[in-house]
Amino acid sequence: MIEFQDIEKTYEVDGRSVSALREVGLRVEPGEVFGIIGHSGAGKSTLLRLINLIERPTAGRVRVDGRDVTDYTGWQLLNLRREIGMIFQHFNLLSSKTVRANVAFPMKLAGTYGAQAIRERVEELLARVGLADQANKYPSQLSGGQKQRVGIARALACKPKILLCDEATSALDPQTTQSVLELISDINLELGITVVLVTHEMDAIRRVCDRVAVMDGGEIVESGDSADVFLHPKHPTTHSFVFEREHVDEDERREDFAHVPGRIVKLTLRGEATYRPILGDLAQQTGVDYSILSGRVDHIKRTPYGQLTLSLVGGDVDQAMRELERSDVHVEVIRQ
Amino acid sequence: MSELLPNVRWWEIGVASWDTVLMVGGSLLFIVLLGLPLGVLLFLTGKRQLLEQPALYGVVSFVVNVLRSVPFIILLIVMIPVTVIIVGTSLDVAGVIPPLVAAGTPFFARLVETSLREVDRGVIEATQAMGASTRQIVLGALLPEALPGIIAGITVTAITLVSYAAMAGVVGGGGLGDLAIRYGYQRFQTDVMIITVVLLVVFVQLLQMIGDRLVLYFSRR
Ligand SMILES: Nc1ncnc2c1ncn2[C@@H]1O[C@H](COP(=O)(O)OP(=O)(O)OP(=O)(O)O)[C@@H](O)[C@H]1O
Ligand SMILES: [Mg+2]
Repeated sequence: MIEFQDIEKTYEVDGRSVSALREVGLRVEPGEVFGIIGHSGAGKSTLLRLINLIERPTAGRVRVDGRDVTDYTGWQLLNLRREIGMIFQHFNLLSSKTVRANVAFPMKLAGTYGAQAIRERVEELLARVGLADQANKYPSQLSGGQKQRVGIARALACKPKILLCDEATSALDPQTTQSVLELISDINLELGITVVLVTHEMDAIRRVCDRVAVMDGGEIVESGDSADVFLHPKHPTTHSFVFEREHVDEDERREDFAHVPGRIVKLTLRGEATYRPILGDLAQQTGVDYSILSGRVDHIKRTPYGQLTLSLVGGDVDQAMRELERSDVHVEVIRQ
Repeated sequence: MSELLPNVRWWEIGVASWDTVLMVGGSLLFIVLLGLPLGVLLFLTGKRQLLEQPALYGVVSFVVNVLRSVPFIILLIVMIPVTVIIVGTSLDVAGVIPPLVAAGTPFFARLVETSLREVDRGVIEATQAMGASTRQIVLGALLPEALPGIIAGITVTAITLVSYAAMAGVVGGGGLGDLAIRYGYQRFQTDVMIITVVLLVVFVQLLQMIGDRLVLYFSRR
């Protein structure tokens, strides 16, 4: 659906060139929610804006829906942008227009909708985002969450195939963030629209993204299935995002375990395995005793997962390890 | 009343007031018609804007600055030949409008440029992302978003024009300024002077009040 090939982007600032993107290659599949996570200045927004050519790459190609759009200009460019909706951190609604007029605006610009069609579509969209009764208000009279819902309705007005979200929830409180993420996720399912979501919040990725790319210093340092990337982070940047969320300092924790006897292992379970009575079975089969040092059971997108740190004592610990591996549990030995 | 103000002929005051209204209103109309597109041009061709054109911006900006730095009274005199060509006379209301337009247009254009620059860049970017052409961005997003600022600019320009129009009286342009100079200053009729000044103050207050009301009405922030 969206493909970046060997993308380079440099900005000229006061005669010096600043590299914003380096050797970026990426594919976003149709219908998926793709996350791009990275710290401030990593190049996330720049990458996102290449898709609708608000920015152009210094080198490399951008493909959308099988077409090489890198050199699009004029009407071709404007038509491409109409196929792509975008929402922003600061909503970017027109303060001089009512909610209704804001949502109608892209359709008016397109010039292909009649007045009646626009009116009906606006009602439909506002109902979908839960703002049917706010149509005549001005943006300044709305809360942040409501503004972002207007932004979403506006982005969907011309029935785009792609929705770009640039830090769409970063200015919202946790509860509102959750409801807006849910809305984006629902829309993705209902309409089959491809979503690219830029964020620096791990939680946003976990809730809605099928796949994720981690960016650092203008490069993609890690990418793949959200669950894979976050259950088994490889790059230090990914690590920092995962552990920032869990509020855990691994070294500190290791010190805490110093006086705990036995072998310390970290188990990662995914999918249905999460809910199986694995530990009970294990104790029965191998005579190993376990105590739980820390743990969490949660979801990544719709994949349930569990992560448990155990200490194993007594019985046949090596056999227990083999049993675990056999039942699709990822085992990491923290202390022999 | 006539004992307090022995020299005031109300009919003449009325005519002069009406002339002032015509001078300010007439020139304001042309200033808005010319200055708005000029301000948009300055904005669009400016640094990091939609149609960045350093050379064009430089030239237009220079001409605007030159016109703005010439004192109005000098512009008034220097422009006499041009004024005669345009409206056939350098006297009366018609004769004052061309120099007023020449002085007010660059002034207003800068105010327009400034208020356009104050429009949130994010809004421009969002409009761009919707597939709007530059023309659509200007007409559909920039101007409506900058409207309160532009109206405030029109108010400031109109008030400046009131004092410019009064100055035009010196060159025989008519209006309240003319009256103040001829009777109040040259013939020492202080009462006429006071009346004209009071009328000018009222006029300016009125303009400011209407302008403020409109700005408030169009501000949705
Ligand atoms: N218009 C520009 N001119 C010059 N440099 C720019 C421009 N836009 C971005 N950059 C630079 O490119 C790099 C990447 O910026 P970008 O906005 O893509 O980061 P980001 O990952 O979106 O960060 P944030 O989380 O703060 O939004 C930064 O170093 C930034 O300074
Ligand atoms: Mg950004």
